[in-house]
Amino acid sequence: MNTVAILISAFLLSVFALGAFIWSMRKGLFDTSPAAARVIFADEEAGHPEDPASARHGIVDRSREEADRSSAPVVFLFICCAMVWLLVASVAGLTASIKLHEPDLLASVPWLSFGRIRTIHLNAVAYGWAPMAGLGIAIFLLPRLLKTELMGGRWAVLGAALWNAGLIAGIGSIAAGISDGLEWLEIPWQVDILFVIGGAFVGFPLVLTLVNRKVDHLYVSVWYMGCALFWFPVLFLVANIPGLHFGVEQATMNWWFGHNVLGLFYTPLALASIYYFLPKIIGQPVRSYGLSLLGFWALAFFYGQVGGHHLVGGPVPGWLITLSIVQSMMMLIPVIAFSINQHQTLRGHFRQLIESPTLRFVTFGGMMYTLSSIQGSFEALRAVNRVTHFTHYTVAHAHLGLYAFVSFAFFGAIYFIVPRISGREWPYRWMIYCHFWLAAGGIGVYFLSLTIGGWLQGMAMLDAARPFMDSVQVTIPYLKARSVGGTMMLAGHLFLVANFVCAIFGLGPNRDRPALFHQGSKPEQGVGT
Amino acid sequence: MNNESALLAGGMTMLAIATSALVVIPYLQLHDVKPTPGLKPYTTAELRGRGVYIANGCIYCHSQQPRDSSFAPDAKRGWGRAAVAGDYYYDSPHLLGTMRTGPDLMNIGVRQPSADWHLGHLYQPRAYVSGSIMPSYPYLFDAKDAPDAGEKAITLPPGYAPVGKVIVPTAAALDLVAYLQSLNRTGPVLPPIDGAAAR
Repeated sequence: MNTVAILISAFLLSVFALGAFIWSMRKGLFDTSPAAARVIFADEEAGHPEDPASARHGIVDRSREEADRSSAPVVFLFICCAMVWLLVASVAGLTASIKLHEPDLLASVPWLSFGRIRTIHLNAVAYGWAPMAGLGIAIFLLPRLLKTELMGGRWAVLGAALWNAGLIAGIGSIAAGISDGLEWLEIPWQVDILFVIGGAFVGFPLVLTLVNRKVDHLYVSVWYMGCALFWFPVLFLVANIPGLHFGVEQATMNWWFGHNVLGLFYTPLALASIYYFLPKIIGQPVRSYGLSLLGFWALAFFYGQVGGHHLVGGPVPGWLITLSIVQSMMMLIPVIAFSINQHQTLRGHFRQLIESPTLRFVTFGGMMYTLSSIQGSFEALRAVNRVTHFTHYTVAHAHLGLYAFVSFAFFGAIYFIVPRISGREWPYRWMIYCHFWLAAGGIGVYFLSLTIGGWLQGMAMLDAARPFMDSVQVTIPYLKARSVGGTMMLAGHLFLVANFVCAIFGLGPNRDRPALFHQGSKPEQGVGT
Repeated sequence: MNNESALLAGGMTMLAIATSALVVIPYLQLHDVKPTPGLKPYTTAELRGRGVYIANGCIYCHSQQPRDSSFAPDAKRGWGRAAVAGDYYYDSPHLLGTMRTGPDLMNIGVRQPSADWHLGHLYQPRAYVSGSIMPSYPYLFDAKDAPDAGEKAITLPPGYAPVGKVIVPTAAALDLVAYLQSLNRTGPVLPPIDGAAAR
């Protein structure tokens, strides 16, 4: 890679991009008319807030009812799986966290040793909770957004069965010490075949639904979900081909995969949820369609190239690191575009944050997207990375992204979807309340403690005059605080799952209106048990 | 936007660019890298030990990539010179790691050549390093009344073995220690041929 080759390739790429831009403008692909932002509303519906309640209020939209009816059983299955994996992942994560400050606890059980239980936690989140919830939400949203029924939902059921079988086998393998050895790619490639087939079966009905759409405009959420469903299989296949990758190249591939699973799979699925539920609940279309477009294409271009920042200072080609750092900073563009758009849309409707659980979770998630992305951009800079690389600071950042952003967006979506597919409102408002505050408080404690502890750890490691053990000892109180935060998060999840179980088994009070946090001065209309 | 084909074509082009930059070009650029002089292939026992290292997730706390002394004081900590691509010639899968909850292990075989130390430290890290938070690995050892023929009990600091028992390493523990002892990338880094240093 000499300088001339880089310049020539940059020039050719620019000319190509300019050509693609001119072509897309001529074809009207970047139609910035606000009409496309109104796709999510029925004819007269804009201006009417929607929050779930099995009893309908306001506008009746037949196509939406049919869409919900067609997807309900499949979505229900995905959400049930997501709940199970959420609990598995939380318990495994908390165990790993405690083991870092109590290293001799349960040390004689191999599958509970830190290196394995931590990996079980990661895989249960990465291939269990996040994709099950994210795909379930996509299966719910796509028929609604395309004003059609879900086509071939049975394939998705089969796909989910294979996927979960693969995940159980994969986590069992890791517990038994059988691993491919790459972070994020531990599950043996033989087991990965189940994910590939299962994933294809899940994707098939969504593609079928997409090509049978009955709307002209593709809504913002469809761009994110549509591309994510095609991006992930490529990432997963390329990363898991046995025998292809070697040495340092395998390390660059490893972080190309590791960061793109976040950036090109979970992030678009979570953003799709926010772009749908936020305007839907306040009854206002997204403020700027142009900003949505900018945000989407900038994310699609920049996010894919940031993975190299995980190898800053490592034995990989220097140009690759520099490229990834530059593109990490460029990620500020889509993030700020999204943030402005979200804020503008929500302006004048902040009151509803007090009332609507979905809106509160989703908005919190959106804000944390901004925060974690901006933090991530600066963390990629060499001056910052020098301190934070190899420390718990990175772990804190990862949880800000995957938990405070992605998981909160999914929680919010689940609070909207479950009443729609089960025909029954959430029975206990106080459980939603506990879930929100325990999860938000828990991640707050988690993030602050590990951020401070990680930074101190990094500073101790950079000071050659201090022994290495200083960098370990300085983190201990913060690791303990992290376990407290993790316990709060687990407790929050228990409230979510308990409420969900009550909802689907018909326990608890029946409500005939949305389970909002505050029901105003009107008397409670829910019927007692 | 109202054309799903254009959307997906655009999205996949973006991914193709990213894949070229982060996977394909490194593949081409690094394909002909030769092992650093003096680097030897792992023996069978060392490879088995590497498997134990992977199975127990050592990588989640230990990196294997000392950084350049102009960037971080890794060399001053005795972790070795900055790693180069040729150091990983025989490594599959790579074990570069992303955390330093414990120290870098790229040259642990040079820094700590004693098998006795490694075995005892794996059995109970806190017997050797006070304040260590490394897990102990009792399941890689057997507690017996006396070692069988051909076995050798490990020597532990007083008070760490169960009363009246001796601690005998399993084959997995011996392999793991063989692997750790083999970790040595202190060989000289030769400048690349044809003046490619400018790359």
